[in-house]
Amino acid sequence: MDFDFTEQSPKLMMLLWGLIAFAVVVGGLLVLLDAVPAFFARRREARFATAAASGAPPPRQGGSQEGLFATFFLLPAVLLLLIGLVVPAIRTTLLSFMDGGSQNWVGLDNYRWMFSDDSIVRVLINTLVWVTLVPLVATSIGLIYAVMVDKARLEAVAKSLIFMPMAISFVGASIIWKFVYAFRSEEQEQIGLLNQILVSLGGQPQQWLLDSPLNTLLLIVIMVWIQAGFAMVVLSAAIKAIPADIVEAARLDGVSPWQMFWQITLPSIRPALIVVVVTISIATLKVFDIVRTSTNGNYDTSVIANEMYNQAFRYGQNGQGSALAVFLFILVIPIVIFQIRNLRQQRREG
Amino acid sequence: MTTTTPPVAAGAQNTSGRPTRAARVRKRLNTHTATLIAIVIAVVWTIPTFGLLVSSFRPENQIKTTGWWTFFREPEFTLQNYQEVLFGQSASSGQLASYFINSLVITLPAVLFPLAFAALAAYALAWINFRGRDWVYIGIFALQIVPLQMALVPLLSFFSRGVSLGGVTLMPAWNLDGAQNFAQVWFAHTCFALPFAVYLLHNFISQLPKDLMEAARVDGATHPKIFRTIVLPLVAPALAAFGIFQFLWVWNDLLVGLIFAGGSDVTAPLTVRLAELAGTRGNEWQRLTAGAFVSIVVPLIVFLSLQRYFVRGLLAGSVKG
Repeated sequence: MDFDFTEQSPKLMMLLWGLIAFAVVVGGLLVLLDAVPAFFARRREARFATAAASGAPPPRQGGSQEGLFATFFLLPAVLLLLIGLVVPAIRTTLLSFMDGGSQNWVGLDNYRWMFSDDSIVRVLINTLVWVTLVPLVATSIGLIYAVMVDKARLEAVAKSLIFMPMAISFVGASIIWKFVYAFRSEEQEQIGLLNQILVSLGGQPQQWLLDSPLNTLLLIVIMVWIQAGFAMVVLSAAIKAIPADIVEAARLDGVSPWQMFWQITLPSIRPALIVVVVTISIATLKVFDIVRTSTNGNYDTSVIANEMYNQAFRYGQNGQGSALAVFLFILVIPIVIFQIRNLRQQRREG
Repeated sequence: MTTTTPPVAAGAQNTSGRPTRAARVRKRLNTHTATLIAIVIAVVWTIPTFGLLVSSFRPENQIKTTGWWTFFREPEFTLQNYQEVLFGQSASSGQLASYFINSLVITLPAVLFPLAFAALAAYALAWINFRGRDWVYIGIFALQIVPLQMALVPLLSFFSRGVSLGGVTLMPAWNLDGAQNFAQVWFAHTCFALPFAVYLLHNFISQLPKDLMEAARVDGATHPKIFRTIVLPLVAPALAAFGIFQFLWVWNDLLVGLIFAGGSDVTAPLTVRLAELAGTRGNEWQRLTAGAFVSIVVPLIVFLSLQRYFVRGLLAGSVKG
């Protein structure tokens, strides 16, 4: 029962190195940028002086030295994005047309496999269920809650309660809910809340996470639990931004809260609503941690991101894993186009 | 619509206009159901966490045989679970203290690097005039939609084999070992965070008053000077917002940790270990309950103390487009 701190020292050394590297890179960049422009500043001053002396308009800024600054400011970010995201994404696309060992071209085989293998079709269907239900339910609950607690007593506390799961990792959330779904056989006392409720209502305890398709729905509950807080915060801010005179005018006209909600609140927060749905949809498409922690993708619960991990990193099937990743990317695109369209439309109206 | 004059319901406040009876009843129902629904949601959202918290302080045999709600009938309090899960030395006990340090070591640089690089890039994209600026911005903006799954396989092979193009080595293999593997986790997290970071900080930095920037330029301040002395202090709340985002994201991440940090207690973060405990020893609830709280407590503190910045960043990142 003793914990040896000396074993941890290499890690802390590494942290120290990381922080030193950070200071050197960022500090060095800033110093470099200070030294270079000092030179240019002198030159510019000279040019301004000659321009003023000759009575000509001062030379426009821009041109080469602006470009130089831009290059240095952007260099780290652009370089990292190229190495870490752009090139790998292109390579993944290429790999998806190759076999498991990334040696031979196989054409569309990996994609054909994706749509013909029963277990993978199941994965695709599950993903579809996730991406339909989570945004819908999480946004609805977030919206209902935001409307209900708006201007209520203890609003801040009430909001924090719903918002808190956002700070909890998907892994932590899965463990929390796994405990709710825990199963003990009928003779024993139940330790999971859900089964306890069921038993006290006179039912049989269930192995919740083993029965498909119910288990997928129960995993979706976890995601909704996490995302509803996000929806609630954004929508609540949007509700508070509705001009008070509109609300007041409606109230004087004697509209019921029900009409108020459908005719005033909902149309006013439409842009925020779309952003929330889109953001949650994209997050849901990529969901991995919940499925992996709760069931490891067994019992017909797997989704694309989880299957992609399994194929590429457990079975060494880089081609099939890559094809799944590309498919995931393709699924994101229509959602984003939808959002861009909406933004444009909003701008035109506004 | 009914035309009979309805009896004035007690508590009905709206006497102006012509409220129908149905409308009034519905309104009263509304306020009551509203409160009720809100309370139900709040309870459902809180109970699971609360149950796990209570359980983590119960003795092992009780966790495994009775529900956490029985704690209030026969309270028995222990810190044994935390003691064991944090510092226990047997292979199955958790050893979370070690993973906790890993999470810290991973998180700090993985927050600082993208923060600095993104702030620099966002400033350049907002206030430096250069050709192709819009295209660079659109490019980085568009990268937000690339799922990180698209990058995992090649990035891992970059680390192990290096990058070469037509026989020219652009980046040698990293050949890391032991604690050095942290570097590759930092690198991955930094890359994946940049598109959103640039976008979020650009939203803030581009909204600084134009006059201020021009005045500084006229006074002869250079871009680095403006960046350091004017922009950074003014966008501190935005930096805080992104910092919290990135902190929560990295601390809570499982996928990147799993792939780039490996599974050993030398580099793997808490989440990886917890997922492992949940998978292989799914019924050792005494470890899982305490372990889950060990992993939750840090982000929760950060989150609750800095919630204001977080919410502001969330709104700026999602609503302003």
